[in-house]
Amino acid sequence: MSASLADEGLVIPDAPTEPGEFEHSLRSLRDSGRKLLVAYVTGGLHDEWPDVVRAVADAGADAIEIGIPFSDPVMDGPIIQEASELALRDGASPVTVLDTLRTIDAGVPLAVMTYYNLAFHMGHERFASSLYEAGVRAAILPDLPLEEVGPWARAADPAGIETVMLAAPTAPDERLPRVVARSRGFVYAVGLLGVTGERDALAASSLVIARRLKAITDKPVLVGVGVSNAQQAAEVSQVADGCVIGSALMRRVVAGEGPAGAGAFIAEVRAALDAS
Amino acid sequence: MSLSEPSASGRFGEFGGRYVPETLVPACQELEAAFRDAWADQTFRDELDALLADYAGRPSPITECHRLSEELGVRVLLKREDLNHTGSHKINNVLGQALLAKRMGKTRLVAETGAGQHGVASATAAALMGMECKVFMGEVDMERQALNVFRMKLLGAEVVPAMSGSRTLKDAVNEAMRDWVATVENTHYCLGSVMGPHPYPWMVREFHTVIGKESREQCAKLLENEIPDVVTACVGGGSNAIGIFSGFADTTAELVGVEPAGGAAVGRGVPGVVHGMKSYLMQDEFGQVQEAHSISAGLDYPGVGPEHSHLSSIGRARYEQVTDAEVIEAFQLLSRTEGIIPALEPAHALAWVIRDRAKLAGKTVLLNMSGRGDKDVAQMMEILG
Repeated sequence: MSASLADEGLVIPDAPTEPGEFEHSLRSLRDSGRKLLVAYVTGGLHDEWPDVVRAVADAGADAIEIGIPFSDPVMDGPIIQEASELALRDGASPVTVLDTLRTIDAGVPLAVMTYYNLAFHMGHERFASSLYEAGVRAAILPDLPLEEVGPWARAADPAGIETVMLAAPTAPDERLPRVVARSRGFVYAVGLLGVTGERDALAASSLVIARRLKAITDKPVLVGVGVSNAQQAAEVSQVADGCVIGSALMRRVVAGEGPAGAGAFIAEVRAALDAS
Repeated sequence: MSLSEPSASGRFGEFGGRYVPETLVPACQELEAAFRDAWADQTFRDELDALLADYAGRPSPITECHRLSEELGVRVLLKREDLNHTGSHKINNVLGQALLAKRMGKTRLVAETGAGQHGVASATAAALMGMECKVFMGEVDMERQALNVFRMKLLGAEVVPAMSGSRTLKDAVNEAMRDWVATVENTHYCLGSVMGPHPYPWMVREFHTVIGKESREQCAKLLENEIPDVVTACVGGGSNAIGIFSGFADTTAELVGVEPAGGAAVGRGVPGVVHGMKSYLMQDEFGQVQEAHSISAGLDYPGVGPEHSHLSSIGRARYEQVTDAEVIEAFQLLSRTEGIIPALEPAHALAWVIRDRAKLAGKTVLLNMSGRGDKDVAQMMEILG
């Protein structure tokens, strides 16, 4: 099987052994005893989105994922779909989002979260270097699983872009270590079977996947998908190193709460994490 | 050449692959293993063949169109997939997948549908096998295909409108994939065309090779040369086309896929990745997927199955485009000359034959009549007044 993948140019390169800038930053914070909070903000949604990014950073996010909106976000639920559609309608593109990002000095590490076709269409090398020039240090591409990541990783690794891999509850035990080994920046633990969005209660599966991952890696393990409020963030971070909050934040932004509302929500989550 | 198996990574040449969220990777691997196992198991093949014969009504005949042929100066043969149970070729694939899902212990089917033919077929198979069924359909398509929505409900399926994006087939696929991400433990995604992540493009093709196999045998008896000069079919995702092409890929027959001008992935797209596969895709300068626009809900799709991209890139098949107006002409002409009301989808293939009749003069064309037109009559009544 591996021989034929080599013939197809799909060999998965080993991840560099040294943590990159993004991972280094999260590791230092984690090792100092802090629970990690990564916030997701849809790029290009309303003119004020740079202020939302700054407000979220000031309120205590340890890193920020900038969503570059894509027409067909299959891993996203209704809130982020709506945020993406609105941003696209406002004319957002990879170019406009990255150009704007260059002007934002958020003071925390930045990742982008988008779908693979935007990288493929621009060309792997060009996309990776555009990210780096915009100050981005990590990328999350939820429709690019381990088996397909090779061609992208061969461009991203040398360009200084750390590719965060998703680890899902459905992965058998033999698969998780391979996903973890290829993940850079942090390991994105998918908290439940489903797409992004808020849930009334934290899924039991999020603690299970966090435990499975913590048992096999010392890379930061953050749970995302279905972490919906301060209490759930604190609960999941009892096991994980922290969490990613997206839909709960974007619901407030879509509803027009602006940078102030976004900052207040993140401050609330930060306080719960610090108190836990 | 006959159509080959995809590579280890699920590719036909450079196209295909498995670009899905991590959550679905194990499910796709499990499906691939289960399909390989079932397809090599004579008991499974016999069970499927029995269903295709006794339930779906196979083999479907080939009809020689005497009056149409005379009018066009082209000898036209129709492979009558419209005569299958549920009115289209879709039943071939759905019976195969439902049988496989049952063998895998799944209790629920989720499906996307454009014109509603695949949704109706999925709901039918679910009813037959005692499974739950949920069908996603673009809100726009639910309006123009209200009859099929009602049929699916009669068959016991739940029909859910896809409200995002263009609210057509592309968005129904997104919704079906999102549902599958959440329900993968007990649910099989019954994908309706030769698209999506590996193993779907290959598996769905294999379930439709029955069209090509029968056609080849029927042509051998019917035609002096045994092989038609041209084999043609409409292409949205491309399942009926790949099914009939499969019987003639190793012959001298010219293979012609016909796309709607407003949804011509091969004709107007560039390589891209969406819905789990790399294939030709209509997209803007940044890689955002463009909305397709076609009179036919079943072909209203900006992508195409990866094997068609491959067949086009190696030159084994070619792909033509026709306009909505040409399709409306073809729809009427076949009804009038042969007493066969075609679905709007295969009317695309006929529209190309009509337009290129001078070039095709004296030739024999085998056209896959992939579905019957009952579902389109209300829409045509509005258009034609």
